[in-house]
Amino acid sequence: MAAKGKNLLGKIFVYGVLIIIAALWTTPTIGLLVSSFRSGDDVVSSGWWTVFRNPAGANLSFDNYRIVLGAAGEDPRLQEKIRKGQEEINLFGAVLNSMTVTIPATMIPILIAAFAAYGFAWIQFPGRRMFFISVVALLVVPLQIALIPILKDYIAFGLSGTFLGIWLAHTGFGLPLAIYLLYNYISSLPRDIFESAFIDGASHFTIFTRLILPLSVPALASFAIFQFVWVWNDLLVALVFLGARPEVEVLTQRLLGMLGTFGTDWHLLTAGAFVSMFFPLLVFFSLQRYFVRGLLTGAVKG
Amino acid sequence: MQHAEEIDRPPGILRGFATNLGHMLVSLLIPVVTFVVLWRGFIFLRDGQAPQWIMAIVAIVWGVGGAMALFLVANWVIEQFPPSWRRRLTPFIFVGPALVILAWYLFIPTLRTFYASLFDANGKNFVGLENYVYAFTSKAMTESFRNNLIWLVVGTGFSTGFGLLIAVLADRTNPAFETFIKALIFMPMAISMVGASVIWKFMYEFRPPGADQIGVLNAVVTALGGKPQAWLLMQPWNTLFLVAILIWLQTGYAMVIISAAIKGIPGELLEAGRIDGANEVQVFFKIIIPHIRGTLVTVSTTIILFTLKIFDIVQSMTGGNFGTQVIANEQYTQMFRAFHFGRGAAIAIVLLVAVIPVMYYNLRQFAQQTEAF
Repeated sequence: MAAKGKNLLGKIFVYGVLIIIAALWTTPTIGLLVSSFRSGDDVVSSGWWTVFRNPAGANLSFDNYRIVLGAAGEDPRLQEKIRKGQEEINLFGAVLNSMTVTIPATMIPILIAAFAAYGFAWIQFPGRRMFFISVVALLVVPLQIALIPILKDYIAFGLSGTFLGIWLAHTGFGLPLAIYLLYNYISSLPRDIFESAFIDGASHFTIFTRLILPLSVPALASFAIFQFVWVWNDLLVALVFLGARPEVEVLTQRLLGMLGTFGTDWHLLTAGAFVSMFFPLLVFFSLQRYFVRGLLTGAVKG
Repeated sequence: MQHAEEIDRPPGILRGFATNLGHMLVSLLIPVVTFVVLWRGFIFLRDGQAPQWIMAIVAIVWGVGGAMALFLVANWVIEQFPPSWRRRLTPFIFVGPALVILAWYLFIPTLRTFYASLFDANGKNFVGLENYVYAFTSKAMTESFRNNLIWLVVGTGFSTGFGLLIAVLADRTNPAFETFIKALIFMPMAISMVGASVIWKFMYEFRPPGADQIGVLNAVVTALGGKPQAWLLMQPWNTLFLVAILIWLQTGYAMVIISAAIKGIPGELLEAGRIDGANEVQVFFKIIIPHIRGTLVTVSTTIILFTLKIFDIVQSMTGGNFGTQVIANEQYTQMFRAFHFGRGAAIAIVLLVAVIPVMYYNLRQFAQQTEAF
């Protein structure tokens, strides 16, 4: 009986501690989300938690989102709310730019890395081992090393501020990890698959595109999710290689700019931050299984 | 694409192929056409005036499709060669692009940056080790070293510690509850550090005493009878308030990895310990911890690597002011604010040297673990 009582107390303790930690961890995000629906005056005059005290009088709306996404239109009520300078926020363009940067900057490195991983794993050629070790060794190089030399090349070639430039940069910085992870996967595929295909007269290219790519989908998906979230959330590479032109600026850059110029307009900042978090959170919650699998195989950028 | 590679065809036909002028022209024409199309696409994307959403779609199709097309064309070209050559060239198609990009983006830049670190601000005059003297003795850099050490110790310690605590506790709860709690803790991993900075700047928001506090931290402090503080200006404690953001972001990572390791401990082992009279604390320290030691090393070295290169949080929270400078942000400041390329390069080399031993340890540990699976 005593043991049972102790057990119950232990259970309450375990659940209690976890609930407290989870509440602590979630509070900042809830504060952001709630504030993004409140009016500018409300946000600066009372704490966001007061909404829960009087939900009926909270006066929540999508106005902030319409302003930051440039969807205010001619609505007089919104126009009145928009202060001078705020009409330029338009994060919608930045969302498009983030997409334009992120999708190819995810697909291109995966394609190149998958080819390379297959090459290192299954094609005999002189220097194979040495080249592969060099690729893994490059994992130690922080991307800060590459900023100035690559920027110089980009200015010389006219690649600075172009999407191609930033795709290639993300490709270069993502390749060592991508090759390392995909190599681990592709090299562990059973040898019989290849042998029967070779006997049928298939070339390496055919085997790779018809057999290996479809078989590697789990590994490719895990890495794709990581690279997607990483590129979408990147700030440094975008700051250096895209520069501050509104035609190419991505969300993180725009948000950083808003922190500087609209540092007190919390209703717009919170809405903007949530816009920037939307896609990674969507990917995260819909593909969490792959995300966790990627983590367990070491898909973390150092 | 359909050609057999391993089985050589009769030499007569091959020689006929290779010497056929028309065929050679086609072999040349296809790559040329591909390059022209891709080049036109690049020009259109650079100078085009179409609405932004059209440009976005064109860019994505051009980028992803272009990369695929280049592989297809390269393969098509080498298939025009005789088999012996084809076999020699095939590896280059597979690993060549990766090696070229890695050489251009990582290998050669390391040498170039080292070279640049020996020159002055504009890269004109050789200055020897002067930039390294700056990197180790200047006020900004000594402050950065101190702060990076705080990030490393506090950030890694608390992320791993909380991750371990949550993983161990959640392992004893009902599976549905466990999944739910873990998802909540893990969620910040999907948020950018700039987004996290907005979230936390709001948490730390300061209003003068007497006014309604809108930041959670100051609201709690005033509710407990304390005085509101401008947390981000509070030297030297403000770095800790920035580190809190990293802990918030990284605990989920530590938790997921450690949790998987704990679930890998054989149940009989834990049972045996308990039957032998060990209490839960002893089970934790004598069985669980030794069993997951390798995982703890992987997790902490990964977070250490992260803290050494920490940039976004500092850049967006304080810009490195008020005594919160870190190495990566000082490097950015030197390069893109002060335009002192020599110093920026030297600091980048310092960062590389700091990363190497941790990365080596991390990879070795990781390799051992994957073999054990």
